[in-house]
Amino acid sequence: MGFLLETLFGGLMVGMLYALVALGFVLIYKASGVFNFAQGAMVLFAALAMARFSEWIPKWLGFESQLLANILAAATATACMVAVAWAVERFALRKLVNQPGITLLMATLGISYFIDGAGQLLFGSAVYRIDVGMPKDPMILMESTFDGGLLLSKEDLYSALIAALLVATLTVFFQKTRTGRALRAVADDHQAAQSIGIPLSRIWVVVWSIGGIVALVAGIIWGSKLGVQFSISLVALKAFPVVILGGLTSVPGAIVGGLLIGVGEKLSEIYLGPYVGGGIENWFAYVLALAFLLIRPQGLFGDKIIDRV
Amino acid sequence: MIYRENGQFKSSYRADMALFPVAQDRWAMLALLAVAFVVVPALASDYVFRAVLIPFLILALAAIGLNILVGYCGQISLGTGAFMAVGAYAAYNLQVRIEGMPLLLSLIGGGLAATVCGVLFGIPSLRIRGLYLAVATLAAQFFVDWFTNRVKWVTNDSSSGSVSVNVLSMFGWRFDTPVQKYLLCLALVALFALLAKNLVRGAIGREWMAMRDMDVAASVIGIRPVHAKLTAFAVSSFIVGVAGALWGFVHLGSWEPAAFGIDKSFQLLFMVIIGGLGSIAGSFFGAAFIVLLPLALNYVPHWLGLSLGTAVASQLEHMVFGALIVFFLIVEPHGLAKLWSTARQKLRLWPFPY
Repeated sequence: MGFLLETLFGGLMVGMLYALVALGFVLIYKASGVFNFAQGAMVLFAALAMARFSEWIPKWLGFESQLLANILAAATATACMVAVAWAVERFALRKLVNQPGITLLMATLGISYFIDGAGQLLFGSAVYRIDVGMPKDPMILMESTFDGGLLLSKEDLYSALIAALLVATLTVFFQKTRTGRALRAVADDHQAAQSIGIPLSRIWVVVWSIGGIVALVAGIIWGSKLGVQFSISLVALKAFPVVILGGLTSVPGAIVGGLLIGVGEKLSEIYLGPYVGGGIENWFAYVLALAFLLIRPQGLFGDKIIDRV
Repeated sequence: MIYRENGQFKSSYRADMALFPVAQDRWAMLALLAVAFVVVPALASDYVFRAVLIPFLILALAAIGLNILVGYCGQISLGTGAFMAVGAYAAYNLQVRIEGMPLLLSLIGGGLAATVCGVLFGIPSLRIRGLYLAVATLAAQFFVDWFTNRVKWVTNDSSSGSVSVNVLSMFGWRFDTPVQKYLLCLALVALFALLAKNLVRGAIGREWMAMRDMDVAASVIGIRPVHAKLTAFAVSSFIVGVAGALWGFVHLGSWEPAAFGIDKSFQLLFMVIIGGLGSIAGSFFGAAFIVLLPLALNYVPHWLGLSLGTAVASQLEHMVFGALIVFFLIVEPHGLAKLWSTARQKLRLWPFPY
C-alpha cells in the first residue's frame, strides 16, 4: 500500500511537470489557434538561458550571491523569452495569418528546430545545473500508518506549489485584467476582436511571452531536478498526449490530463511493464490518449468540434 | 522559344491525358532517365553513390509515400519513420527466416507489413483529424520504436539490437558495388514514381484531394471518407515501407532501431514541405535538398577556410532547416515544385512575357 501511494505521488509530480508544459500549449492554442510544436524547444531554451546566465552574471558583475544571480538570471531569461516571442510573431506568425492549422503546425515545427539550434549555439550543449535552492532531502510521512512510512521528496512538493501558484496567477490574469479579457476575445474570434480595436499582433506577442514564461518555470523545475540538457525538449512530446487528453482549449484539461498521464504512466510501468518487457512509459501516454480520442474526439474538457461546409 | 507546344496537336483523348502532354517534357524526361541510368553510373565516384545518390533516391521514394498521405490526402503524419522501420524489419525477417527468399519479394513483404501497420494507425483518422491525428501517428512512432527495441524476436535475437543484411541478389544478379545498388534503387524509384503519379491522376487521387480540401464537403458529394483515407494510408505506408526496407538493406546494410527514430519522420516531413506538398516531382526536389544541405554546410565553411566543430555544424543545420521551413511556408507554400512549374510557365512564353 505504501509503495502504491509512493508511486502515485511520483506519478502526480511528473504529471504536474507535463501539465506545466501542456499549459504552454493550451495558452497559445487558446489565444491564437496555433498548435505550438515549439513549446518543448522553448522549455529547453529558457532552461539553458537560466542555467547559463546564473553562471555568467556573477562572473561579469563580480559578486558571489547565488540568490541575486538567480533573480537576475530569471529576469534575463524572461527577457530572452519575450524576445523569442516577439521574433516569432514578427518573422513567422504575422505572415501566416489565416493559414490553415496544419500550415501553422508545420511552421512551429520549423520554429522549434530553429530555437533548438539557436539555444544550443548560444548557450552550449553540455549538461548544466540550475540551483534555485530547492531542498533536496526527502521527508517521510505517516510512519505510524505504514511500514517505513511514505518517502516523498520536498523538492517535488515545492515544485507542485510553484506550479499551482503559476496556474492561479494565470487564471486571475485571464479573468480579471484588461489584457486577459482581450486574450479571451481573440481566442473566441480573431476578426471580431480586431474590429473592436484589439491589436492582434500585440496579443500574439503577449501570449507567446506567457508561453515562454510558463516554459521558463517548467524549465527551472525540470532543470533543477535533472539538469539542463537537450532531452528536456523531448518533454514536449509527452505533453502532446496530455493536451489531447485534456482538450486543446482547456486549462483545467491540461492539468487534469497531465496528472492522469503522469500517474497512468508510472502505474502502467510498474504493474503492466513486467509482462511486456518494460519501457512502456514511452508510448503508454500516446495509446491512452488515442484510445480516449476514439471515444471523445475533443478530449476531456475540449470544445465540441462542429463541422460546417 | 525552345519550350513551346505550338503546333503539337492532340487528336485523341489518350494523347490529351498523357503523362507529359508537351513533347519537350517527354524528351526531357527520357533524357533525364537516360542520364540517370547510363551516364551517371559511368561518371560518378563510389563516394558520390554512397553519400549522395543512393540516400537521395531512397529518401525521395519515402517522400513520395509521405506526400501521398500529407500532400494529397491532407492527413498529417509524424510517424513515417515508424512505417519505414516496419518495412525494414519485416523485410529483414522474411529474408532471414525463409531460406532462399527472393529480394524483391521480401521488399514487397516489407511494404505489405507497413501497409497493415499504416492502416491500423490510420483508423483513428476516421474519427479525428488535423492536429489530433498528428498525435495518433506519433503514437505509431513511439510504439514501433519501443517494439523494435524491446521485442527480441524482431531483430532475430541479436544481442546488440542491430541487424545486418549482407547478400543482395535478385534474378541471379548480385548487388554488391555501389553502382549496382544505385541502379537497383533507381529502377524501383522510377517504377514507384510512375505508379504514384498515375494513381494521383486517377479517380482515387481525386478522392484523396477532395478529402484534403474539405472532407465534410467531399463526403456530402458521395466520396467515402473511410475508403479514401484508408487507401491513402495503405498506399502511402506501402511505399514508405519499401523505402524503409531499401534504406536498411541497400543504404545502411546493418542498422539498429535508432536509424528510424522520430528525427527521420521530421526529416521526411520537411522534405515534403520544402519540395512541395501534393507534387511527385516535389518529393525529389525535397529529398535532394535535404541530402545536399548538410553536405553543403559541411563543405562551404571548409572551402572558406573556416573550421566548424561537428556540434556547431549540426546546430547550424538545425537552424537553417528551421528557418527554411518557415521561409518556405511563408513565401512559397507549394515548395520547390511550384518554383519549377512557374519557371516552366515563364519558359513557355519566353521571350515574350505575354
